[in-house]
Amino acid sequence: MALSQGIMAVSVPAAALLSASSSYSAARVQTASSSLPALGSRRGLAVRASSAEQSANFGPSSQKLWTPKITTNAVAAKQEAAASTGAKGPGHELLLYEALREGLEEEMERDPHVCVMGEDVGHYGGSYKVTKGFAEKFGDWRLLDTPIAENSFTGMAVGAAMTGLRPVIEGMNMGFLLLAYNQISNNCGMLHYTSGGQFTIPCVIRGPGGVGRQLGAEHSQRLESYFQSVPGLQMVACSTPYNAKGLMKAAIRSNNPVILFEHVLLYNLKETIPDEDYVCCLEEAEMVRPGKDITILTYSRMRHYVLQAAKTLVNKGYDPEIIDIRSLKPFDMFTIGNSVKKTHKVLIVEECMRTGGIGASLRAAIMENFFDYLDAPIGCLSSQDVPTPYSGPLEELTVVQPHQIITAVENLLAK
Amino acid sequence: MAASMVTCAAVPTLRSGASRSTNSVVESSAAKFASKSSFLGLNVRAPTVVAAASSSRHSVAGKVSASASELVQAKPKSKADDLLITRDEVLDVYEDMVLGRSFEDMCAQMYYRGKMFGFVHLYNGQEAVSSGVIRLLKKEDFVTSTYRDHVHALSKGVPARLVMAELFGKSTGCCRGQGGSMHMFSKEHGLLGGFAFIGEGIPVATGAAFTTKYKREVLKDDKADAVSVAFFGDGTCNNGQFFECLNMAALWKLPIVFVVENNLWAIGMSHVRATSVPEIWKKGPAFGMPGVHVDGMDVLKVREVAKEAIERARRGEGPTLIECETYRFRGHSLADPDELRNPAEKAHYAARDPISALKKYILENDLATEAELKAIDKKIDDVVEDAVEFADESPLPVRSQLLENVFADPRGFGIGPDGKYRCEDPGFTAGTAQV
Repeated sequence: MALSQGIMAVSVPAAALLSASSSYSAARVQTASSSLPALGSRRGLAVRASSAEQSANFGPSSQKLWTPKITTNAVAAKQEAAASTGAKGPGHELLLYEALREGLEEEMERDPHVCVMGEDVGHYGGSYKVTKGFAEKFGDWRLLDTPIAENSFTGMAVGAAMTGLRPVIEGMNMGFLLLAYNQISNNCGMLHYTSGGQFTIPCVIRGPGGVGRQLGAEHSQRLESYFQSVPGLQMVACSTPYNAKGLMKAAIRSNNPVILFEHVLLYNLKETIPDEDYVCCLEEAEMVRPGKDITILTYSRMRHYVLQAAKTLVNKGYDPEIIDIRSLKPFDMFTIGNSVKKTHKVLIVEECMRTGGIGASLRAAIMENFFDYLDAPIGCLSSQDVPTPYSGPLEELTVVQPHQIITAVENLLAK
Repeated sequence: MAASMVTCAAVPTLRSGASRSTNSVVESSAAKFASKSSFLGLNVRAPTVVAAASSSRHSVAGKVSASASELVQAKPKSKADDLLITRDEVLDVYEDMVLGRSFEDMCAQMYYRGKMFGFVHLYNGQEAVSSGVIRLLKKEDFVTSTYRDHVHALSKGVPARLVMAELFGKSTGCCRGQGGSMHMFSKEHGLLGGFAFIGEGIPVATGAAFTTKYKREVLKDDKADAVSVAFFGDGTCNNGQFFECLNMAALWKLPIVFVVENNLWAIGMSHVRATSVPEIWKKGPAFGMPGVHVDGMDVLKVREVAKEAIERARRGEGPTLIECETYRFRGHSLADPDELRNPAEKAHYAARDPISALKKYILENDLATEAELKAIDKKIDDVVEDAVEFADESPLPVRSQLLENVFADPRGFGIGPDGKYRCEDPGFTAGTAQV
């Protein structure tokens, strides 16, 4: 059986999450490691035979290596889960923020021009501990603790990137990057173009965003909708430890300015990831669960809500195809298109605001390219156009909840 | 008071050895040029240069500076304080200033003839700052500018042809016609832009200085000594990015020189109407770096101050803030009717034209003959004419150029419905592919 990241992505996170009690906070989900058998003992012929194919090449050509495998259950069978994790070695288990840290550390070791700039990234180890221990290892110049001046230190990173460095800018919260919008839009995004291609800006802008747990309106922002119009920027969103590490590494290696959106509630998500070096493709979407009834497109935290809803949907007899679009800009129209052609129904589940969000752009792109394949209008579940309230029940109401996903799918499939 | 005491203490270290270690040859005739410079906001005086000019703006304030000298200890005048400039250097500077002036005059002509469009901001009158500072830099040093960047580009070494072609929007321009008047870039010459929003370029210059520091500290490259110079105006000095970068540059001792071209006007907003403390040089010591005020209509004064600041940065001693009091003879841009400024003020500064002042200095000190200077003028006229011809004859960009430089890695355009990267589509470069 040809193994690919598609199956790996299907089994492990799904198994991890669906065994938890249902609560809307993915962060409280505990690992399913106890439910997975010891991986060492599961190393079988199937795994070894595929190791040659499972190379680090994750460009679009790898799409052809992946063989669709319909799972009748939302929960992958334990055997599959075991077999798919780690082709060469047993893999190692870690939390999402540790995966980000691992990816960043590997890239910093690989290239001495990679450096990190941001508030509290150095001595404090990062406000979400993504750079913990780095200042001791790499020094204060490579982990630059900046003053609280987002616009200027982002511009400084642009200047450094133009002159040979590869900076990783951390926004302590993505919302703070609103202060850096001038530099991100005008310089990060556009400078390569206005200089006639003379200067490249190989920087990565990363940080936690999204709605947390009662963090208040200003700390609960979704900046992907604001930045998506800036030409020259690439945007990716990670959702599992596997793709977090892979996307971090790919973003650092890319010569384009890349914004990596992390989610504040996903940092403690646990997964087993491969021991060997791997990079995710920045432009590709991830097939989470193949299906045939409906295409559900999602990203970041909402992926886990969708999987939670999928458990109920599968039990009710539906067969949803779940795709984590991962690349918010540009959209992977191949993966998305193939799915639309197969299922003819689309539901987008996102955390962005209703107005002008990623879902709005995705809807337009699908309508433009695949109108003839659609049997129903594209559904889109987004957050309410409301500043995120502090109070718990109100906050829950502004964000999409799993029961809303179930209802939306049922309504679409009833058409 | 406290601020000036701080800079007073800094004076001896600033002056020690730096200017003496340059390779300037002492000209006997230069002894006529006496200066008393200090980094405390006193004007560097050069009576022979501005002999016939009406009293400088600070001549009344000269009394103020005289009293300032009672507060602080200025070094006694000595031979080493004489401004040293060789014939070659002064002719290089003169040629650069004449190039700047002629180029900008030609820009105005071309604009009114419909060869260039949009916002064009001309530098007439401020040439002393560009030539005074940038001609001291090496090719590897970095410069950032604002929208008034044509002359900074020329001083840094970008050929006039490429600048003019860029202004005409031709594909042979320094930015392939994609940047325009306000976005001049040159990787070869270390020109990091050309920025339309004020203040935007200061962090970029700070970043370039950070790269030099990083190369020394992390990559252990002892030869890395590229200095970064940021040019900006008086209006920018009320902008957050200015203060944020002064702080970071002083904090990390970055090799950067902040040059304020204080021409007293931000479009129609007078500097004193916009600023609570109009003396911009005072803001340097507030962040822990020397703040210097210099007469920006006098290229030799600017040059002396800049030389010290650049060498300070190169030695790793950190940033300097230089405020050049200068003036633009034309409006803010070619679209500005320039009705607000007092004609008397304009006349006052027109009489202090930096090019005529330098010419006078050269002739009075026998550094060159009138004929030689005229030859330089003629040569520059030819250069500018050639630039216009080149730009006229150059082709406009073709359709396929539209998408080429959006991404350094064109895979950023994503994967199309057919499974291939969009940039692999043969129609992509022809401009017919969908994005």
